[in-house]
Amino acid sequence: MTYEAVIGIETHVELSTSSKMFCACPVDTDSEPNTNVCPVCLGLPGALPVMNEKAVEWAMMIGHGLNCEIVGHSVMSRKNYFYPDMPKNYQISQYDLPLCINGHLDIETDEGVRRVGVTRVHMEEDTGKSSHIGGDSGRIQDALYSLIDFNRAGTPLMEIVSEPDMRTPAEARAFVSELREIVLALGVSDAKLEDGSMRFDGNISMRPGGTEGFGVKVEIKNMNSMRSLQQALEYEIERQTELLVDGHEVVQETRHWNEGAGKTESMRSKEEAFDYRYFPEPDLVPLAVDEAWDRRVLAELPELPSQARSRFEDLGLDPEAAALVARGETGPLFAAAVEAGADPKSAANWLTGEVMAWTRRNNTDPAATPLTGKHIAQLSTMQGDGRLSASAAKEVLGWVLAGEGSPEEVAEARDLVQMSDAGELQGIVDYVLAENPEAVAKLAEGDEKVLGYLVGQVMKASGGKADPKLARELLAT
Amino acid sequence: MPEDESVSVPVDIDIARVARLARISLTGTELGIYEAQLPVIIDHAARVQALDTAGIEPTSHPLPLANVFRTDSVGDCLDRDEVLSQAPETQDHQFVVPRIMDEA
Ligand SMILES: [Zn+2]
Repeated sequence: MTYEAVIGIETHVELSTSSKMFCACPVDTDSEPNTNVCPVCLGLPGALPVMNEKAVEWAMMIGHGLNCEIVGHSVMSRKNYFYPDMPKNYQISQYDLPLCINGHLDIETDEGVRRVGVTRVHMEEDTGKSSHIGGDSGRIQDALYSLIDFNRAGTPLMEIVSEPDMRTPAEARAFVSELREIVLALGVSDAKLEDGSMRFDGNISMRPGGTEGFGVKVEIKNMNSMRSLQQALEYEIERQTELLVDGHEVVQETRHWNEGAGKTESMRSKEEAFDYRYFPEPDLVPLAVDEAWDRRVLAELPELPSQARSRFEDLGLDPEAAALVARGETGPLFAAAVEAGADPKSAANWLTGEVMAWTRRNNTDPAATPLTGKHIAQLSTMQGDGRLSASAAKEVLGWVLAGEGSPEEVAEARDLVQMSDAGELQGIVDYVLAENPEAVAKLAEGDEKVLGYLVGQVMKASGGKADPKLARELLAT
Repeated sequence: MPEDESVSVPVDIDIARVARLARISLTGTELGIYEAQLPVIIDHAARVQALDTAGIEPTSHPLPLANVFRTDSVGDCLDRDEVLSQAPETQDHQFVVPRIMDEA
């Protein structure tokens, strides 16, 4: 019997608002430990939370980005549990009346587009951060004790719950990746996996291929990268399939991805089975989103990655290049370059190739450089009409990115313009022909190979500045 | 409210577990006292539950208010030394807590 995986993903995204969800402490990951704290986010008795309006609107934006309905009447609830990084001993979250429901996200798979349902998007607050001390691994299981920094406590956190609509680890990865692109496009989070501002848990069960039921579900935590998400799911599929094939049962449990060991491990916690005893948060009044408010938020919604991709495809890019441009923070430059007359394919090549490589090397991003759409248009024109060789164009672009001016200015100042004027080059060609009577004779006999040699001589005589294409043409006539 | 006064749900309370979930440590005598008292409260809730609430809007909050917000601006925080002075133990400007997980 063959088994099929049923995968759902729960994603947490920290919003990058200026202040926290329920208090005016800054959301700032670079601060000294325990400096961004106040009575509210420390859970001191008597402190009262007040909701951050922008966080609510950003949650609505995420909801719209995921094609959700925005619920008109929603309520914050208390989720009760004890954990050292949560000072109130409850987390303010949403339970039976979340802000956004019934969405979906379309992802590209090998078998075409798959629609993954989004059950809900709800608002909550993040916990503090703990560091585990003692043991060599830095892992929680080996620690002797832990240190708690409450700077992160109370940061607006969105929980995005998918339907179990994914069937392969690659689909799960595509879902998380598209979700991240959306959050980035909305500008509501920096969504950095390595910093934990975006994190995900997976749940996975196996069922006989072609059936519709659900097997026993295992939850997987601690997957800190797209790669570990895929690897952890692959490992679980193998583990659970093996159990089932051997006639064993899968145990319903939470497992921890151990990156170093490349496997999932059962997590045993001091906590007994959770009983969160949810109830409506008495310190916060309900949220009422009317049509006018929702329309206002919707009007501010920026272009989503899927829309950007189809716009770029309309400008003449193939789907792959369109996705690259949309993903690489180069979208605005691309649009500006095309508007300035650049050939779309050439502009996309420059942006996703050289520009991204240069910005990565210099630890910056395209928007922070002096590069404009006009520059890209100029660069591709200069290369197109032979004034810049491929390697010279690359060099010119580097200097443009470094702030030396436009491609025209840089090429002129650095003497990188090719001799692409036939009249100018003809003198050199004549000189080379006169200096190489043997080669000319061979050429006259139809020996095409010798043409390359002569082009080389022209390049040499011109100090490398001749346009080889033009030189070849002139030599051949 | 039905005429029948004996609205009673099957009450099976593990009082020790309830105390554990709330992190309240109780003596054996106290466990006995609350084990007797808690069903009365639950019984009361059951009476409310038995009311005919068809057509009544669910209420999550007693005040007729919605949408109380603050703008997203940063205000003052507490002094760190003062905050940490409340902790039983600190290290590197952080709160020290006992190990969290059982050995795996
Ligand atoms: Zn605070």
